[in-house]
Amino acid sequence: MSHEAALHNHEGHGHDDHGDHEHHDTFLTKYVFSQDHKMIAKQFLITGMVWAVLGGLMSVLFRLQLGYPDASFPWLESILGKWAKGGQITPEAYYALVTTHGTVLVFFVLTAGLSGTFANFLIPLQIGARDMASPFLNMLSYWFFFTASIVMLSSLFVETGPFSGGWTAYPPLSALHDASPGSKSGMDLWIIAMALFVVSSLLGGLNYIATILNMRTKGMSMTRLPLTIWALFFTAVLGVLSFPVLLSGMILLIFDRNFGTSFYLSDIYVNGVGALSNEGGSAILFQHLFWFLGHPEVYIILLPAMGMVSEIMSVNSRKPIFGYMAMLGSLFAIAILAFLVWAHHMFVTGLNPFLGSVFVLLTLLIAVPSAIKVFNWLTTLWRGNIRFTPGMLFAIGFVSLFISGGLTGIWLGNAALDIYLHDSYFVVAHFHIVMGVASMFGMFAGVYHWFPKMYGRYLNNTLGYIHFWITIAGAYMIFWPMHYQGLAGMPRRYFDFSIWESFKQFAELNRFISTVAMIVFAVQILFLINFFYSIFKGRKVTVQNPWESNTLEWTTPIRPGHGNWPGEIPEVHRWPYDYGKDGHDFIPQTTPVGADETGTH
Amino acid sequence: MSLYLSVAIIVLIFVVIFQIAKASEYVSILKGEEASRQQNNKINGFLMVAFLVLGFVGIYICNKAYYGKTQMAQGAASIQGEKVDEMLFVTLVITGIVFVITQVLLFWFAYKYQEDKNRKVFFFAHSTKLELIWTAIPAIALTILVVFGLRNWFFFTGEPPKNAMVVEVTGKQFGWIFRYPGKDAIFGKKYYKNIDPATNSVGIIWDDKYAQDDILTEQTMYVVKGTPVKLIIGSRDVIHDVGLTHFRLKMDAVPGIPTTMWFTPIYTTKEMREKTGNPNFAYEISCDQMCGNGHYSMKGVIEVVDQEEYDLWMAKQKPQYFTAFPEKDPSAVPVAKADSTAKATTAKM
Repeated sequence: MSHEAALHNHEGHGHDDHGDHEHHDTFLTKYVFSQDHKMIAKQFLITGMVWAVLGGLMSVLFRLQLGYPDASFPWLESILGKWAKGGQITPEAYYALVTTHGTVLVFFVLTAGLSGTFANFLIPLQIGARDMASPFLNMLSYWFFFTASIVMLSSLFVETGPFSGGWTAYPPLSALHDASPGSKSGMDLWIIAMALFVVSSLLGGLNYIATILNMRTKGMSMTRLPLTIWALFFTAVLGVLSFPVLLSGMILLIFDRNFGTSFYLSDIYVNGVGALSNEGGSAILFQHLFWFLGHPEVYIILLPAMGMVSEIMSVNSRKPIFGYMAMLGSLFAIAILAFLVWAHHMFVTGLNPFLGSVFVLLTLLIAVPSAIKVFNWLTTLWRGNIRFTPGMLFAIGFVSLFISGGLTGIWLGNAALDIYLHDSYFVVAHFHIVMGVASMFGMFAGVYHWFPKMYGRYLNNTLGYIHFWITIAGAYMIFWPMHYQGLAGMPRRYFDFSIWESFKQFAELNRFISTVAMIVFAVQILFLINFFYSIFKGRKVTVQNPWESNTLEWTTPIRPGHGNWPGEIPEVHRWPYDYGKDGHDFIPQTTPVGADETGTH
Repeated sequence: MSLYLSVAIIVLIFVVIFQIAKASEYVSILKGEEASRQQNNKINGFLMVAFLVLGFVGIYICNKAYYGKTQMAQGAASIQGEKVDEMLFVTLVITGIVFVITQVLLFWFAYKYQEDKNRKVFFFAHSTKLELIWTAIPAIALTILVVFGLRNWFFFTGEPPKNAMVVEVTGKQFGWIFRYPGKDAIFGKKYYKNIDPATNSVGIIWDDKYAQDDILTEQTMYVVKGTPVKLIIGSRDVIHDVGLTHFRLKMDAVPGIPTTMWFTPIYTTKEMREKTGNPNFAYEISCDQMCGNGHYSMKGVIEVVDQEEYDLWMAKQKPQYFTAFPEKDPSAVPVAKADSTAKATTAKM
């Protein structure tokens, strides 16, 4: 359906017959090839959850190896076969698990699962549009993601194993079939999956940008947008500008792998094969192309979480978000800086030291907008009237984790410290806290907060509280001690530390971390049970606006159909953060500004 | 069997938690939304402070248990390392202060401003003054760190002193090869197509007159205490990384693009063994860049010795040229042969 047709369709349905529309849907058009942004959002969410479980399970498996390097678990052999001969994960399987865990969590869960879900779900609902600018492209975006998922999944079953060279896929390791078994056909499938993923994310991103710029309802000026939408907007811009660079890097890699070119290869002698004929390429070129996406990618993951946290925090503090314009400005600053710091991942590649110093400066500059955001969140809580919904708890948890992980970024962004800490467990701790767990918390906050809108039912509160408290305590118990391992110089991506005099002193700590990781994983299963049970059997939502929120999505019916509003799309008269103003607990965006109201935003 | 049992127990725990959660939902419906919300707020508000306090206790315990096992406790073994440690300390203090203030405020505010029917929220949407303050303060703190950091960075990446000895390090899957320039102090040229794992593991061009006294060793590198060492780093196959934990430095080994790094060791291996009380202490070179399935076992060792011991060791080394061409070796032939077969086996590993 073209944009035009979709528009006419909605106009045609206009006032009364919108409910009928649903009856024309077959199972296939409603649940599978749906063009309703809400259904596509749910598809992204549930596919993302499947990947999160798989990726999480992989981390449990390799943590098992790190925690119990000498133990043997016969059941592992029955699951993994030759990858766990004698009940012990092989190095090959270990590296495949680590690599797939990274790829899947970064791209399939925290990019597609997070911004795919909430950009689709929230953009039309919060800006007051009936659907995306192009519902058809939107549907394609999901199905490209689905295809990418299938290809990635199939790479796990290749005889020589899935790709095992780390999620960053640096050549020559990823380019040479003979350098590692995982670099054979597993790597080809990995690249194809990533290419399909990039297409998906571009189709989605262009759609999000077009929708936000063109389809806002009457009165919804850009500065009246909820911060969620602003965050999703910058996320989409980052994705559209940086993913093509990754794609180009991948294409060159395909050429090097299969067609004998030398973009990344030079002066190589492979054990057992001999000297290769490739000359004149630069292995570092790939790293530039990769990190030109790779760093913005961090913010593609983080910004949607920031946006949702700002919104959820304001709603549940019953208080306006502090410094709306500063929040917006800092999002903008982060988005710009995201493109100017990629080489801080490459301080120890032999980068020109002067260039390195420029990247140090720009990298540490990111701490300024980040600090503004943190202090603004704190001020939002100050003298508020806080309701601890599970969504709010996860939002507070996000801020705590963002502080903890953000501060260690100041260590790593300084080249003179990075030269020691680079690729150690300190880095693992840093990015898991600030990007992994924090964004996951943003995603949980979003799911708990908008679940009633998605399914017309509530999630179970008690399970939500248990989920939150165990997860935040567990996350800190897993990743906090890793800073100490990093300060001991312990390198990441090591299968076994017992042969190292310098690193073997942490065997007991590794066991502790692995145990906590398993518990935290089990608690996520509890969340899944809550999620799927509540879709069908949860307590029904009976009020239109359960969180007493100002934004437009809560002016739709409890279970909105395709087109979102049965009648006219509401008109907007104010910004979304009039909480506690002039003695009113909240004033929805659709309420006209009263004559006696004090200054508006 | 024990697997099934533990799965059964986990499922049982899930069922119990789930039933409790459902029951509490019914209770809250009976109590009314308002009342159950108040109760939830109280419990979670309390948990916020509890988490804050227990969190700091946890940090204390963690620090006590593990600080002694980090490199910081042991101290750095190079002049560069001492600068890194000093900088780590300054950064820790600055970020530590911010960490404590912000986390305390976060959880304290959450507790203090939990919902209270009688509180009127403060409609506070904006304050240019406050926003300027928390733009300026981080900017100043960061300027300090940047200035400090860049001074060290340019020192680390700058030219080593003139008296530095030079060693070439080559990474391969999965081990390290070291080349010393020999008496002429100049490395012979090399070309990767000349590589022969048995006799010429880095591809030296033997016709080059500077090449014939070059010395190759594997796995262990000897350097002199107090003498700066400049490493010229390369790789034979994929990207590796020369990770020198005790000297607090690392640098990638990239095929086709040589990189450099220099450091001045300040303790011999023997002194470090006494200092750490660990008779097995070694300056290990860890590969810090994912390089394949043997990545975790790609270990090299640096022996830091005094000049005298170094000279003795060096005197025992035979130029690689004589291993490649035993017939040209003026000294005993059988030793060279035994040596070359040993090399061949290690190279195949």
